Amino acid sequence: MCYTRGRDGPFLFGDHMDDPSAKSAELLERIAAAPSPAALDEIRIELLGRNGMITLAMRELRQVAPEERRALGARLNALKDQITDAIADAGERLRLAAVSNRLAGERADVTLPVRAGETGRIHPISQTIDEIIAIFGEMGFAVAEGPHIEDDFHNFTALNIPPEHPARQEHDTFYLPERPDGSRLVLRTHTSPVQIRTMMRRSPPLRIIVPGRTFRCDHDATHSPMFHQVEGLVIDRTTHMGHLKGCLIEFCRAFFDVDDLPVRFRPSYFPFTEPSAEVDIGCSRAGGELKIGPGGDWLEILGSGMVHPKVLQNCGVDPAEYQGFAFGMGIERVAMLKYGIPDMRPMYESDLRWLRHYGFVPLDIPSPVRGALVGPAS
Amino acid sequence: MKTTLGWLKTHLDTEASAAAIADKLVMLGHDVEGVEDRAGRLEGFVVARVVKAEPHPNADRLKVCVIDAGRGPGAEVQVVCGAPNARTGMKGVFGPAGVTIPKTGAVLTESTIRGVASRGMLMSAAELALGDDHAGIIELPEDAPVGARYAGLLGLDDPVIDVKVTPNRADCLGVRGIARDLAAAGMGRLKPLDATPVAGCFTSPIAIHIADRKACPLFLGRHIRGLRNGPSPRWLTDRLEAIGLRPISALVDITNFLTFDVNRPLHVFDAAKLRGALVVRLARAGERLCALNGRAYDLDPEITAIADDNGVQSLGGVIGGEATGCTGATTEVFVEAALFDPVRTAATGRRLDIISDARYRFERGVDPEFVAPGLEIATRLILELCGGEPSEIVVAGQAPEWRRTYVLRPERPASLGGLHVPPAEGRAILEALGCTVADAAARDGSVTVMPPSWRSDIEGEADLVEEVLRVKGYDLVPPEPLPRQSVISRPAIDQRRRRTELVRRSLAARGLVEAVTFSFVSSQAAARFGGGNAELRLVNPISADLDVMRPSVLPSLLEAAARNADRGFPDVALFELGPLYRDGTPEGQATVAAGLRAGHVGPRDWRERPREADLYDAKADAVAALAAAGAPIESLQTAADPPAWFHPGRAGVLRLGPAVLAQFGELHPDVLDAFDAKGPIAAFEVFVDAVPLPRAGRARAPLKLSVFQPVERDFAFVVDRDLAAETLLRAARGVDRRLVSDIRLFDVYEGAGLPAGKKSLAIAVTLQPQDATLTDADIEGFARRLVAAVEKAAGATLRG
Repeated sequence: MCYTRGRDGPFLFGDHMDDPSAKSAELLERIAAAPSPAALDEIRIELLGRNGMITLAMRELRQVAPEERRALGARLNALKDQITDAIADAGERLRLAAVSNRLAGERADVTLPVRAGETGRIHPISQTIDEIIAIFGEMGFAVAEGPHIEDDFHNFTALNIPPEHPARQEHDTFYLPERPDGSRLVLRTHTSPVQIRTMMRRSPPLRIIVPGRTFRCDHDATHSPMFHQVEGLVIDRTTHMGHLKGCLIEFCRAFFDVDDLPVRFRPSYFPFTEPSAEVDIGCSRAGGELKIGPGGDWLEILGSGMVHPKVLQNCGVDPAEYQGFAFGMGIERVAMLKYGIPDMRPMYESDLRWLRHYGFVPLDIPSPVRGALVGPAS
Repeated sequence: MKTTLGWLKTHLDTEASAAAIADKLVMLGHDVEGVEDRAGRLEGFVVARVVKAEPHPNADRLKVCVIDAGRGPGAEVQVVCGAPNARTGMKGVFGPAGVTIPKTGAVLTESTIRGVASRGMLMSAAELALGDDHAGIIELPEDAPVGARYAGLLGLDDPVIDVKVTPNRADCLGVRGIARDLAAAGMGRLKPLDATPVAGCFTSPIAIHIADRKACPLFLGRHIRGLRNGPSPRWLTDRLEAIGLRPISALVDITNFLTFDVNRPLHVFDAAKLRGALVVRLARAGERLCALNGRAYDLDPEITAIADDNGVQSLGGVIGGEATGCTGATTEVFVEAALFDPVRTAATGRRLDIISDARYRFERGVDPEFVAPGLEIATRLILELCGGEPSEIVVAGQAPEWRRTYVLRPERPASLGGLHVPPAEGRAILEALGCTVADAAARDGSVTVMPPSWRSDIEGEADLVEEVLRVKGYDLVPPEPLPRQSVISRPAIDQRRRRTELVRRSLAARGLVEAVTFSFVSSQAAARFGGGNAELRLVNPISADLDVMRPSVLPSLLEAAARNADRGFPDVALFELGPLYRDGTPEGQATVAAGLRAGHVGPRDWRERPREADLYDAKADAVAALAAAGAPIESLQTAADPPAWFHPGRAGVLRLGPAVLAQFGELHPDVLDAFDAKGPIAAFEVFVDAVPLPRAGRARAPLKLSVFQPVERDFAFVVDRDLAAETLLRAARGVDRRLVSDIRLFDVYEGAGLPAGKKSLAIAVTLQPQDATLTDADIEGFARRLVAAVEKAAGATLRG
C-alpha cells in the first residue's frame, strides 16, 4: 500500500480514494496473527497511536471536501471500531493462552496421598451411653450419677437385699477392707444404688437414668470384672406396668432402629421390684447369624419391674402414695448387639486397631432428631 | 432345676407337649434353659443280634458279622467289625448305613473293607457319645428285644426340661412345685399326692433333741429296721440320670429323688452306726466331720451340727457325715426330715464352702408344712424298695408360724399392674396357686389373701398383683406411652456432664483415641502414681494385677500403650475420661481426662516430618481439654512442680489459684521402666471436676469492633536460658492492656550468635487502637515502654 502526501488535494489515499474495507481485511488479518502481546501493541501503535495511520487519517479528514467528508468519515470510524475490537479480542486470546501456558507449568500430582488429619475415636461404650441418654432424654429422663465405691446399705440393704439374702451370692461382690466399725465398703455391683441416693435426696416425681461403671468379681469370655450398666427409675403417683412396657418398647425400637421390633415381657425376680419383668427382643439366628428384628427367636436384654414398696419405704418415699418402675441394662451387651461386636473383652484392652475399627468419629453426637449415620463407624 | 416330661406328668395330668410346657413356663417366670431331646441323636440305632461272627478272610483283626436287626427273616445284614468282643450270639447296638454317628457327626455309608461288603456298624459307647469306652462294642442283655430303638431301651425318649428357677421360687425346686404352677396356669390338673401316714410298728430307739431352735425349729425322725439296701429300680435310676445325678443305692437315691421330686431334702443315717440320741446344736470349736463328699471339715459355733454321743455326725441342712452314711451293708436306718433355718444354713454352707442340693433348698426356704408328709412318702418308698419295718415318728420342735394375710384391693391389678382383671378371676388365680382368699372386712371389693405354706416369697399386695398378672400373662398388659412432661424435651444432662462430654469429644477431635480401662490396677502400679493405700485394696481381686483402686488413670493408659507397642504399634495417642479414687468416700472419686502420646506424633509423611511426642503435645492436649471444660485459660498459672511420676524437668502443673486443674509432661524414665514402656511418653491429667462451673447466663460480653487498622510489631529479647517464658509474656501483656490485643511467642532460639547460658525469645505484639489511627510516634512510644518493662521484669535485652 502506498499513499502520498500532496498539498493540492486530499492527501489520504491520493486523489483516488481507495475503499477502506479492502484495507480493513488486511489489517484485521495482521492483528489476528500477532504472535505476542508486544507485537499486538506495536500494531496498535502503528494504527491507533498518536501518529498511527487511522489517527492521522481522522485528523486530515477536515481537508477533504465537505461533500466527500461525510461518507469518508463514516467509513473511517467504522474501520477504527473494527480495529479496536479486533485488538481487544486478540489481546484477550493472547492473555488466555499465556495463562493456560503458565498453569500448565504448575501442574501437580493430584494422586499423591494426603494426611487427612489424625481424628481420634469415641469408644463404643461412650457412644452407646450417649445414644441411650438421647433416647431416654426424649422421654423426660435426666441423667443421675453416683459413686462406684458404695456402702452395704445403698448397694444391697436399701434395695431389699438383706445380708443373708441368696441374691447376694449371685452378685460376686468386690469388697474393700473392713473398717474400724466392722463395716465393709463394696464396689457397686449395679447402678441401682443411685436409685436409692436419688430418692433419698429428691422427692417425686422422678425420671432418671443412671449410666456408669459396675463391678463383679467374675472374669471369663462373657464376664468382665468391670462393665457398664444403665439404670432407669420413674416414680410418681400413677405410673404402672403398662407405662413400663410402653417406655421400654419405645426405647428398644429406637435404640436398635427397628420399628417393628418385637419386645417380650416375662415374669422374673429381682429383690427390688415387684412385679418384676425380664425384657426380650425379637431376633433371628437363621444361618448362624444373629439379626435383631422379627424372627421368631428371643434375646434377653434388660431387667425391669415396679419398684418394690420396701425400697420406696427404705428411701423415705411413701408407697401408699407413690409408685413407679425401674430397669437395668448392660451397656456392653446392647452395644455388642447393635454394632456387631463379637467379643466383650477387647472393649477394655485398648488395642488401637480395635478402637479405630469399632470407635466413632467425635462429631457423631447421637440424637433421635438427627438419626443415625448409615453404618456403624466411619 | 431339671425334670423330664414324664416325671412332670407323674404330678401333672396334661396332654401338653414338652415345647408347649416350656413356653408356658417361660411366660410364668420360669426361664427354660433348654429342652433336651436325648433320643434324637440316637435315632436309627437299634438292638441287634449277631447271628454269626467269622474271621475276615483278608484281615487278622477284623470279623465279618451277620446281623439280625429285626427286619425279618432273610433281611440279615453283613457288617465288618473290628471289635474284639464281637461274637456269635451276642446282642449289640446296630447302626445301619445312613445314620449319623453322634461322636463324629459323620453319616455312615455302605463300604467294602478289604474286599468284604459292610452295610452298617456295631457301635461302641464312645461312638454313640455315651461314654469313653471304645475298647469294644456295646453288649446288651440277652432280653433286649431285637429291632427295638436303642434310645427307647435306654429310657431316653423322655425329654429333659431345664428350668431356671428364680431365687424367690424355692417351691419350684421340686418337680411338684413346677407342676403346681403349670396347673394354676391351666396347663393340666395337679394329681393328688399320697402322703398317708405309715403306721409305726415300734418306738424309735433313737431320740432327738433340738438344742438350738433358731437353727432347727422342727425335726422329725423315724427308725426303719430289717431292710436291705441295694440298687434302685430302673424307673428311679432313669429319672436321676436324666437330671444328671449318679444313682448310688436305693436309700441314697430315695433321698435324692424326694429332694428333686417334692423339694423335701432328707437325710438317712445308718442307725447301727449311731450312739445315743441325736442332738441339733451349734458345733463347738475343735470338732471335726468327715462329710459324705469325702472331705474333712473343722467346725466352729457358726455351724449347725447334728451330733450323737460320738460327736458331730452331720451338718444340718447341708451334708451328712461319712461315718454314719448308708452302705450296701446297712440294715437299719434313721430317717431325718427337718426344717433348717435359711440364714443358719447359708452361714454353715458359706463357712465351709459346701454347695449341696439340700443347702440350696434350705437357704431359700422349704415348705414348713411338708415335713411330716415328706417323711411318710420317704418311708413308703424305703419300705417298697428295701423292705423293713418302720417305727413311730419321733418329733422335736414345731413348725414356725407361717400364716399371714395381705389385703388385695380390686383396682390394684390395673393401677399397679396396668391390666384390669375382674376380681373374681383374680381370686380364682390366687386360689389355684394355693392361696386362701376371703372377702375383706372393708366390703369395698378387697380380699384378704393367705399365701400357702410353700410360698414364703409372697410378702405383700404387690406380690399378689404379680401372681395374678403372671398367670394371666404379662403379654396381655397393654403398653402405654409415658405421659410427656413438656412439649419439648428438657435437658437430660447437667452442666457437669455436658462439659465432660465436650472434653471427651474435643480430645478425640485432636486425634486421641478413647480407651475404657478398668478402675483397678496393681498395687505396684498404683504406688508409682501416689496411690495403693490399704483402704482401697480389694479383699478379693480377680488377680494380683488388678488389686487396688487406681489413684490415676495414667497407669491404665501406660499399660495400654506398652501393650500396643508390644503388638508392633508404638505410635499411640490414647485418652480416657474416667474415674480415679483417692479414698472410699463419694467425694474421694474424681472424674479425670487423662491421655498420653507415645512414639511419633503423626505417621511418616512426604510433606510433614514426624517427630517424637513431647511435653508440649501433652500441654496442648491439657489446655484443649481445659478449654473444652470451660476453664479460664488466660488466668491459669503454669508451674514446673510436677508430681513424682513425671520427668522433673519436663513437666508442669496448671493451676487456677491454689486449685490444680491439670498436670502434663513427659513421664519419669523410672515409671516407664516399671511399665516396660519405651519413652519418651507425654501424658496429661485434667481434673475436670476441679474446673469451676461458669456463672449462670449465656449472654456474651458485647463485641466492640474497632474501625482502626491494627498494627503488628515483632520484638526479640535475649534472656537467661532458665527464664520462664511466662515471665516475659506477663510483663509484655501488662504494658498496655487496652492497646494490646494479642501477644504471640513465635520463636525460641539458643546457640550460635548468643552468649552461653542465654536464649532468645521473639514475640509478635498486635496493637489494636480503639480511638484513632496509631501514629509512628504512638508505636515508637509503645515499643519503648514494652522494651523497658520486659528488660526490668525478665532481665532481658532487646536483641540487635
